[in-house]
Amino acid sequence: MTRNPQLGDKGELRHLLTTEGLPREILLRILDTARSFLSVTEREIKKVPLLRGKAVFNLFFEPSTRTRTTFEIAAKRLSADVINLSIGTSSQSKGETLLDTVANLSAMHADMFVVRHAQSGAAHLIAQHAAPHIHVINAGDGRHAHPTQALLDMFTIRHYKQEFQGLRVAIVGDVLHSRVARSQIHALTTLGVAEVRVVAPRTLLPNHVSELGVQVFHDMREALADVDVVMMLRLQNERMGGALLPSAHEYFKTYGLTPEKLAVASPDAIVMHPGPMNRGVEIDSMVADGRQSVILPQVTFGIAVRMAVMSILAGSAP
Amino acid sequence: MTTPTPDAEKLLLVLTEQLRPALKPDTALVGIHTGGVWVAQRLHSLLDLQVPLGTIDVAFYRDDYAHRGLNANVRPSDISFDVAGRDIVLVDDVLYTGRTIRAAMNEIFDYGRPGKVMLAALVDRGGRQLPISPQFLGATLPVADDERIVLSRAGDGRLHLAIESRSQEGDGR
Amino acid sequence: MNLHLRGGRVIDPASGGDRRQDVFVSGGCIAALGQAPAGFRADRIIDAAGLVVCPGLVDLSVRVREPGEEHRATLESELAAAVAGGVTALCCPPDTDPPLDEPGLVEMLKHRARSLQLARLFPVGAATRGLRGERLTEMAELTDAGCVAFSQADFALADHQVLLRTLQYAGTFGYSLWLRPQDAALGRGGVAHDGQVATRLGLAPVPVAAETVALATILRLTEGTGARVHLCRLSSAEAVEMVRQAKAKGLDVTADVSANHLHLSEMDIGYFDSNCNVVPPLRDARDREALRRGLADGTIDVLCSDHTPVDDDAKQLPFGEAAPGASGVELLLPLTLKWAEQAKVPLPSALARVTLQPARLLGLDSGRIEVGAPADLCLFDPQARWTVGHDTLHSQGKNTPFYGLEMTGRALFTVVAGSIVHELRS
Repeated sequence: MTRNPQLGDKGELRHLLTTEGLPREILLRILDTARSFLSVTEREIKKVPLLRGKAVFNLFFEPSTRTRTTFEIAAKRLSADVINLSIGTSSQSKGETLLDTVANLSAMHADMFVVRHAQSGAAHLIAQHAAPHIHVINAGDGRHAHPTQALLDMFTIRHYKQEFQGLRVAIVGDVLHSRVARSQIHALTTLGVAEVRVVAPRTLLPNHVSELGVQVFHDMREALADVDVVMMLRLQNERMGGALLPSAHEYFKTYGLTPEKLAVASPDAIVMHPGPMNRGVEIDSMVADGRQSVILPQVTFGIAVRMAVMSILAGSAP
Repeated sequence: MTTPTPDAEKLLLVLTEQLRPALKPDTALVGIHTGGVWVAQRLHSLLDLQVPLGTIDVAFYRDDYAHRGLNANVRPSDISFDVAGRDIVLVDDVLYTGRTIRAAMNEIFDYGRPGKVMLAALVDRGGRQLPISPQFLGATLPVADDERIVLSRAGDGRLHLAIESRSQEGDGR
Repeated sequence: MNLHLRGGRVIDPASGGDRRQDVFVSGGCIAALGQAPAGFRADRIIDAAGLVVCPGLVDLSVRVREPGEEHRATLESELAAAVAGGVTALCCPPDTDPPLDEPGLVEMLKHRARSLQLARLFPVGAATRGLRGERLTEMAELTDAGCVAFSQADFALADHQVLLRTLQYAGTFGYSLWLRPQDAALGRGGVAHDGQVATRLGLAPVPVAAETVALATILRLTEGTGARVHLCRLSSAEAVEMVRQAKAKGLDVTADVSANHLHLSEMDIGYFDSNCNVVPPLRDARDREALRRGLADGTIDVLCSDHTPVDDDAKQLPFGEAAPGASGVELLLPLTLKWAEQAKVPLPSALARVTLQPARLLGLDSGRIEVGAPADLCLFDPQARWTVGHDTLHSQGKNTPFYGLEMTGRALFTVVAGSIVHELRS
């Protein structure tokens, strides 16, 4: 197997493609740097000149206004020039391959690609074929990884819990189709939490999920007992009403996070969600807007974390 | 190899006396990480100032980012007072090229529009590359290009200056 | 042309013979072994000292991409690749564009292959029209045109009633049906083994049950139909065990495995190497071990390359979008040798899996070295080391998980019907 494609010869971060296999020091450095950027976002001028003259291309092969916007804000606060490209699958089917697209954009003097794609491994492929000076950030590839989301989640946990050691964390919902869950699991295990639990019906869990180092639960009350952090996953509408789940109503009844189910968690447990939320499907509004919810701070932290990732990457020489 | 240098504690007292008459009640000190913060902390307490001490890390403003990347140990800047209209004294340990001071001034202005910005430095080693000059200075200490001045802090907060020969390329200060 | 192959190590998988002797070729057949026949005059003497002389390899699955996918490969390029790999006969599956469901297409392919005078080509006809799994093809007509068997290639036969009737109809006439056990629904959309790698990388899974459920159906429906069923590309330990039991019960089935599955596992996908996107998916180390044992103990009869050249544009895509398949006809020989060495299988026995056994399945009298047998031969240097790459592969498809790796064993001469069709110039 070839070496980790996100790291350079000296072990420096060249691309951010997945949290899997990233050393603890790199994860912590991103979180530390993000803390410094958080203070920037509280100032009158929320902008630093670090990436002045750099061109950041948002390549979204799958639409996501929300994620694209957070990367755009982060890049602009670093004074980068941001070019947004929404590349529908239709233009791909017109004959230009993914790598043609990448080669063309490289020729436009891009310095960084932020890539969102419906296929697992797309960001790896682009990183392998992009010009050597270009840094690639995976903004979500298929079911595989969404590392900046996981990092902002880690930032949030650290913000409220200070230490990772000793924490019990439950990840609730559609792990099977979730790039967020995979990235969270790798980050949590690398950062050394005491226990990662996943809870979902068998239809929404990968067959070998326990090999990722998690405890598998099917019952919410057992899974949430005494946990310090509850990480909810978004349930895509298209998973409903097929053979995976009978209905949103029944999902909410069995796995929706309600105050009653949350009551078995540690009293100071925090509740997280990557957004956008399906209220009344995976989470009750009483919890989403409740005192234990840190869902809105997550969004704020997300910008600082993405600023940190971009500035660490852009500062690593080819 | 180290050679003896001026006593940092004496220079602190020199600076304190220079600063005292220049201070207004709402003047704020802002130390530049790392050494500048140590000096500023001592001055803040020696002068018994009321405005909380500000600290900044200029990592996000450095002009050598393109060559050197982001400092691995960047700390959050912390300016908890309103900058607008206020007199501010930037504090650094060793004044050299002036580039750090430029970066610090840029950062200060991103917090607001200060009334007046002044500069205090423990020592000035010369070698300026920008039109920057300190209003308050402990001592001038010319050293060879291949030497660097290192400020260290003991457990009790006392500061110490030393001159070391450079093991690697300078940091452009 | 009269050939004198002098001083080679002659391996005959049929008799198990393995000794140094001269081979004399005349009139397209093996004329004599050891002593030259009376009045033999060699047109060419090949010094085979240090080489193994064995029957030419017979590869049960080589996609030549004709008709219809000439941008991926052509008959010229792939037959040249075959003989460069010591392969003297090959079967091409019907998943061309259009599929091989018309006698005219088969005749054209046979005709073109004959005119190239490289390897012998044996088309496998489509079992159903358009491979759609609905209506039977004209199997008798296709057989007359040159089809040696019928298959669905990688298109699953979803309708069990159609499957049963296909078995019954083929069985009526004694035609062979080559079926890859694959449930149409269980593996739908899947691109990787439902194991730890697919879980980690977020690749849509193909469970082992997609193979075993279909295999159970085929085995059950085959009984009593008289059809000669050959099971293609087994991939799981469970499937090997099921075939072992079916054979023990006396069911007349045969099976093959691809060289990819014999040597690779899901772990080789690494960081989304789309060259490892093959069908069926590479499974885990336990499955691979079971396949190796099954091939050694005869549960699996034949080893093939499942050669599938793919153009770069279709391969350099995210794993799940990449066209599946691996180029491999030129790797069949070294990968057979590698397996023989690792599994401690004697060379005559190992070579039987790529010569005698597939020849028997096709009803050919090649695959053996004896007087009167067709002179389809491979002379290979068992020590030759070479690196898989653009310069060394003749196939138009350079897509292989073994790209950049070193192989041991290389065909120096390939002889078909007594003519030298490949000679490696150093």
